[in-house]
Amino acid sequence: MEIIGIIILALLVNNVVLAQFLGICPFLGVSQKVSTSIGMGAAVVFVMALANLVTYLIQYFILIPLHIEFMQTITFIFIIAFLVQVVEIILKKAAPSLYQALGIYLPLITTNCAVLGIAILAVQKNYTLVESVIYASAIAVGFTLALILMAGIREQMENTGYPSGMKGFPISLIIAGLLSLAFMGFAGLV
Amino acid sequence: MSQLKYFTNGLFKENPSLVLVLGTCPTLAVTTAAINGIGMGAATTFVLVFSNLLIAALKNLIPNKVRIAAFIVIIATFVTIVDLVMKAFTPDLYATLGIFIPLIVVNCIILGRAEAFAQKSNVIPAILDGLGMGIGFTLAITLMGSIREILGNGSIFNIKLVAEDANTILIFILPPGAFITYGYLIAIMNRMKKRYNI
Amino acid sequence: MAKLDSTLKNMILSLLFISMGMSAALGFVYNLTKDPIAAANKAKEVNAVKDVLPPFNNDPTTEVRNIDNLAFYPATMDGKPIGCAVKTYTEKGYSGRFDLMVGFLPDGKINNIVVLEQKETPGLGTKMKEPKFKNQFNSLDISSLQNKELKVKKDGGSIDAISAATISSRAFCDGVQKAYNLYMKNFIPGNPEVRDTLMTKGGKR
Repeated sequence: MEIIGIIILALLVNNVVLAQFLGICPFLGVSQKVSTSIGMGAAVVFVMALANLVTYLIQYFILIPLHIEFMQTITFIFIIAFLVQVVEIILKKAAPSLYQALGIYLPLITTNCAVLGIAILAVQKNYTLVESVIYASAIAVGFTLALILMAGIREQMENTGYPSGMKGFPISLIIAGLLSLAFMGFAGLV
Repeated sequence: MSQLKYFTNGLFKENPSLVLVLGTCPTLAVTTAAINGIGMGAATTFVLVFSNLLIAALKNLIPNKVRIAAFIVIIATFVTIVDLVMKAFTPDLYATLGIFIPLIVVNCIILGRAEAFAQKSNVIPAILDGLGMGIGFTLAITLMGSIREILGNGSIFNIKLVAEDANTILIFILPPGAFITYGYLIAIMNRMKKRYNI
Repeated sequence: MAKLDSTLKNMILSLLFISMGMSAALGFVYNLTKDPIAAANKAKEVNAVKDVLPPFNNDPTTEVRNIDNLAFYPATMDGKPIGCAVKTYTEKGYSGRFDLMVGFLPDGKINNIVVLEQKETPGLGTKMKEPKFKNQFNSLDISSLQNKELKVKKDGGSIDAISAATISSRAFCDGVQKAYNLYMKNFIPGNPEVRDTLMTKGGKR
């Protein structure tokens, strides 16, 4: 039950982009096409779950026993950057077809603040290892959901007229605002 | 004083929030009140100035291929310093800004300035650039925080402008209001840049 | 000085140099801020306890007991118990968990409540901090309620929910209820079960 609660909260109620404002850069940057947003989403799910697994182990087996919790930010960001590189290299060797699909999105993930943010949040929430990984996966799926919804709307927007001053970021942000309004309806689901 | 242009650049012409559209996450997340804008802006400015300074000073010691890693270490250090100092001396503000303090590390403004400016410049211009960008960011998010606080809560810097139980446009302090306010601010900025040819 | 080439040796040395320098700086600042941080946290705890209880003269933070994830701060005046502050939480808030400090008098009545950490919606859920909502609980005796349960009016109870923030109001009741149940179970003398726990576990933290 608790696990289901975590999933629903992470996926819909506290949607990472639309309610917690993490990962806005890729959300606005990679949401022109539905197909690319699926690719980006898949890469984020993969890296986020992995990052939470590793940062959990680092936090509980290195930082806490050594009493250097204050090094959390610096270690986590380093681990994430390192992890993204490793994933890239392994995918290139082991699964070239998957690499073809996800490859170009991987480097962008280091700067996705959602990855670092969620790793830190999971520690703050005192999740267990399993909960932490599930939480991260649900958050990442929520991110993908928001990205795909956004891309779908933006594809339609290409055929619509709106004031030229709104072109680019402003119109995207206002669409995001309306999406966020819709997602507020999920509040109280758990 | 020709170096002044490094400072003024970030205030308006290349305002990180409103023109370059960098650092969107904190811009949206912490601007539920004007005071948060100042707190977040000050923390970011501190990190920007010192990381720019150190990166400009050490630029010849950092081989090209590992520069990003080196920048991240430097930035993360200053972020942790801000984090610890705020926890110690302004615990209430720290509680409101919460997770967004450690996330200054991944704020694209800082890595962006390190990469685009500090690693190629001397110490003084780098400091001025950091200061200008930081203050530009602070102004932008404080403006946004003020708009959201006035419309959504009927107050500014916690001073009530309307009667205690008056209805306010709540949506502006909720997440959708953040997106919509930010969208219109950028649109206004675009318009102004076009009109006055800046 | 010319820029260093990207040879392996240079890369490792440079990163090592920077990491060492930065770690030293961090360690220094950490040691500098360690005590103020601890002091700030302690002050927050003590102030919260002070806010919810009548005057006391012991140091409840040193006598704190943890039972089922709640922290109990017994307060005494000249050795005579005058109440207990309970740090409680709920996970049912609009944005998940929030923490409350509830002060109980020895007879089980609520003295006062403060909201500790919360991420509720500004302007809606955050109104739980305001007296209009919170003061409904002051000197409330939960045992006098139906089924000894705190509920908002919408659910057939007696608490006026914050308008447009029923979820936060329900969660608030949930947190207080949790504190009340454990407080009654563990701290009200006369309950034989309690006396045993206090005798056997009282000394331990």
